[in-house]
Amino acid sequence: MLFKLSLKNIKKSFKDYAIYFFTLILGVAIFYVFNAIGSQTVLLNVTSSTREIIDLMVNMLSGVSVFVSFILGFLIIYASRFLMKRRNKEFGIYLTLGMSKGKISKILLLETFIIGIISLVIGLVVGVGASQLMSVLVANSFEADLTQFTFVFSSSAMIKTIIYFGIMYLLVMIFNVINVGRCKLIDLIYANKKNEEVKMKNPIVCILVFIISACALGYAYYLVTAGVETLVDTTDIFIPIILGCVSTFFIFWSLSGLILKIVMSFKNLYYKGLNSFVLRQISSKVNTMVFSMTVICLMLFVTICVFSSSLSIKNSMTANLVELAPVDVELSKTRNISEDYAYQTGYSEVLRQDSYRGIEESLKSVDFDVNDYFEDITTVYTYASNDFTFEDTLGSALELVKSQYPIYTYHAPEEVMTISDYNKVARLYGNTEYTLADDEYMIIADFENSIEMRNVALKTHPSITVFGVTLNPKYDECQDGFVRISNNHINTGIIVVPDYVVSETYLESEILLANYKADTDQGKQAIEDTLIAVGNHPNSGNISMSASTKISIYEASVGLGAMVTFIGLYLGIIFLISSAAILALKELSESTDNKERYAMLRKIGTDEAMINRALFKQIAIFFSVPLILAIIHSVFGIEFCRYILMTFGDEEMTRSITMTAVFLIIIYGGYFLITYYCSKNIIKDK
Amino acid sequence: MEEILKIDKIEKYYGNKSNLTKAIDDISFSVNKGEFVAIMGASGSGKTTLLNCISTIDKVTSGHIYVAGDDITKLKGNELNRFRREELGFIFQDFNLLDTLTGYENIALALSIQNVPVKLMDKKIEDIASRLNIKHVLKKYPYQMSGGEKQRVASARAIITNPKLVLADEPTGALDSKSSRMLLESFNYLNTELKTTILMVTHDAFSASYASRVIFIKDGKIYNELVRADKSRKEFFDEIIDVVTILGGDLNDAL
Repeated sequence: MLFKLSLKNIKKSFKDYAIYFFTLILGVAIFYVFNAIGSQTVLLNVTSSTREIIDLMVNMLSGVSVFVSFILGFLIIYASRFLMKRRNKEFGIYLTLGMSKGKISKILLLETFIIGIISLVIGLVVGVGASQLMSVLVANSFEADLTQFTFVFSSSAMIKTIIYFGIMYLLVMIFNVINVGRCKLIDLIYANKKNEEVKMKNPIVCILVFIISACALGYAYYLVTAGVETLVDTTDIFIPIILGCVSTFFIFWSLSGLILKIVMSFKNLYYKGLNSFVLRQISSKVNTMVFSMTVICLMLFVTICVFSSSLSIKNSMTANLVELAPVDVELSKTRNISEDYAYQTGYSEVLRQDSYRGIEESLKSVDFDVNDYFEDITTVYTYASNDFTFEDTLGSALELVKSQYPIYTYHAPEEVMTISDYNKVARLYGNTEYTLADDEYMIIADFENSIEMRNVALKTHPSITVFGVTLNPKYDECQDGFVRISNNHINTGIIVVPDYVVSETYLESEILLANYKADTDQGKQAIEDTLIAVGNHPNSGNISMSASTKISIYEASVGLGAMVTFIGLYLGIIFLISSAAILALKELSESTDNKERYAMLRKIGTDEAMINRALFKQIAIFFSVPLILAIIHSVFGIEFCRYILMTFGDEEMTRSITMTAVFLIIIYGGYFLITYYCSKNIIKDK
Repeated sequence: MEEILKIDKIEKYYGNKSNLTKAIDDISFSVNKGEFVAIMGASGSGKTTLLNCISTIDKVTSGHIYVAGDDITKLKGNELNRFRREELGFIFQDFNLLDTLTGYENIALALSIQNVPVKLMDKKIEDIASRLNIKHVLKKYPYQMSGGEKQRVASARAIITNPKLVLADEPTGALDSKSSRMLLESFNYLNTELKTTILMVTHDAFSASYASRVIFIKDGKIYNELVRADKSRKEFFDEIIDVVTILGGDLNDAL
């Protein structure tokens, strides 16, 4: 009997449940898809370094899943409590008929159970289907060949999904039982007859609150963009975050009172068609929705930032490679280690001895002849001294720079290179070559922040003393360039000086740049493997040098980019569906509450089209208000992400923002349309 | 006299063949311009069904209803909405005001869905509000008004568009006797001064006594008809009570 009642209840309130159900299925499916990635990558044919990144990614995804399950858990509990509230009258009738609270709890348990089982089953089926598409995306992201399509079913992901969602549903059941236990019959029966009080806020207070919160928000925006240098400690970032959250809340709070007032003063607009009705509907709701609007707006904001940043990281990482890793290999070696230094840093005597040998010589001791494997070999040297630090390059601008950039190591020795060495590298890379007079120096850099700092000083034409020689700057700003290969602009500055300035005493390190002697990818990979195998040579413990190769940089960035993209996608989608689902549920229940009002409009002869337009406007405003503020937040949020990550160019940004917009339109827009059509159905005349 | 409403042999059936209910069983009558007609009948006599058919909320099974010469049983879709919007005014038992709007806005809504320019609204609403003595509640929300005030606001909304016919469904049903009296006085005023044609459904003899003509319905048929003519309201009330007594049934409760 109870089972029948539960089933009938679900069927009856399907209109209310549809979105909830849809969201559950989506949640289950997404959870499965991202947890199944681990099983899919097992079959991919990738190198060991990529494999490591994949393992890292799978671990991170399962960590993120815990977080995601918290969000989904809250969403489900929120939604089910919300749907419960709508059925107060029904429970009231059960109670007056003499049904015990225990029985009502049982009905609810059964309902949750049925919904849980159905959504899990459908969600898993959808998830398994979608994860087949995902495997193509995974293979594509890691640039692995998907030689043959295999149907992958991950039982571990399925079990995990069932356990996680099982716990969530269990929590919902507990919450429901507690809720039923607490409610009073009188409240249940008169639940629908609550007095509709329309509270008008004091417009002056509203304006004041609005101005104050807009200013606070503006200050938070300023802090994360133009004033970002003033954020010294890591904890300082909480200032704009807290400011942003609080002022978002108060902006919604004051807007709810203001919008009505403003539009009301435009009588032609206010009294046109059903505008007065729509606006009143909205303002009566906004009062109670300020908090959820704030949460939704912030979630959308995080979604947009996470989406666009993670996508652009992937894009920019791959794009930078061609430019920033023009040769196949870079070997570098610290040279001429003094006994003092070896003592301080714990260098063994064998390695200290080795530091007096060149790279070629060291490699010969492990039976690797660079001439057998490498071509275009270019060897250059860098020089440094503890007496010549970053501070010493700033001249009279030191105090100015220090006040602008307080957190920076000013005592680090500067890297010095001769002009002829630098030109050798520039020639190899196809970059601009330079000439210097005997009393001139220049700075080569491509790391944006360093360039800014150094340019402040260079504007003042500081003379510097390098290894006892005084030089004047040739240019009043840094010149673009780099020596070491990488996947990013990381050259913080190399001081280029005339050749006579340096001497063996100041020799710091040797850098060998070369291309592999091979024309095909396989050939290059073979040389790479040989180079890596040097690490297994019996004499390898006696030499010390570091190597970066184009292939390893490439794999690392592809892998890292893919990892960031997947985590970004995962979080973004979950945040997006959560916020859209909350809005949709609220709107649907509003429509059910307002059925009478629409019926009345019909009775006084309002056209169907006019009513639908009013409904559309109402829902559209509710969906767009938090989105608009979130987009404004995001403009500054993304700017801040760019500052932190310092990677992407504008072109990449446009691409990733377009992608983000597409996601937003599909998911958020989808929820909006479903809400509109369901609402239209609800208010329709029978 | 111009004929505003003509009801021609209408019938309304509910249910299926095995269990047929004749809510309206061959009713014909007509209402002239400027008349105030009350329709009386017990619960289940078919009076609300009749009103629903006239207001196009429900459809007749057979017969025709003419409003100002147009057959409204032939209207469809948005024509129906246009008809309701432009030719009819409604007053309901439970007021049916929008609780989110103020009194003024509730009245204005009837005009704005007809796309009346805002310039004209103010004057019209001020005018009707002072006539119905509701100027002091225009800025209030329905929950701040008394039942009588709500019903007069609803009346203002119903007649502000100058409808050919005002339909009132048990307008005093939810009011106390003092508010009822005030509302009915307002109806009288609308009828005599503004020449509004009113068709009111009620089961309350006192309300009916304000009308110029009373039509009694029983079991879906017209049972009797009384015309007030030059009689005083008291005399007319006694006459109505006589018929009600004979009619019996639920109507006795209404005394």
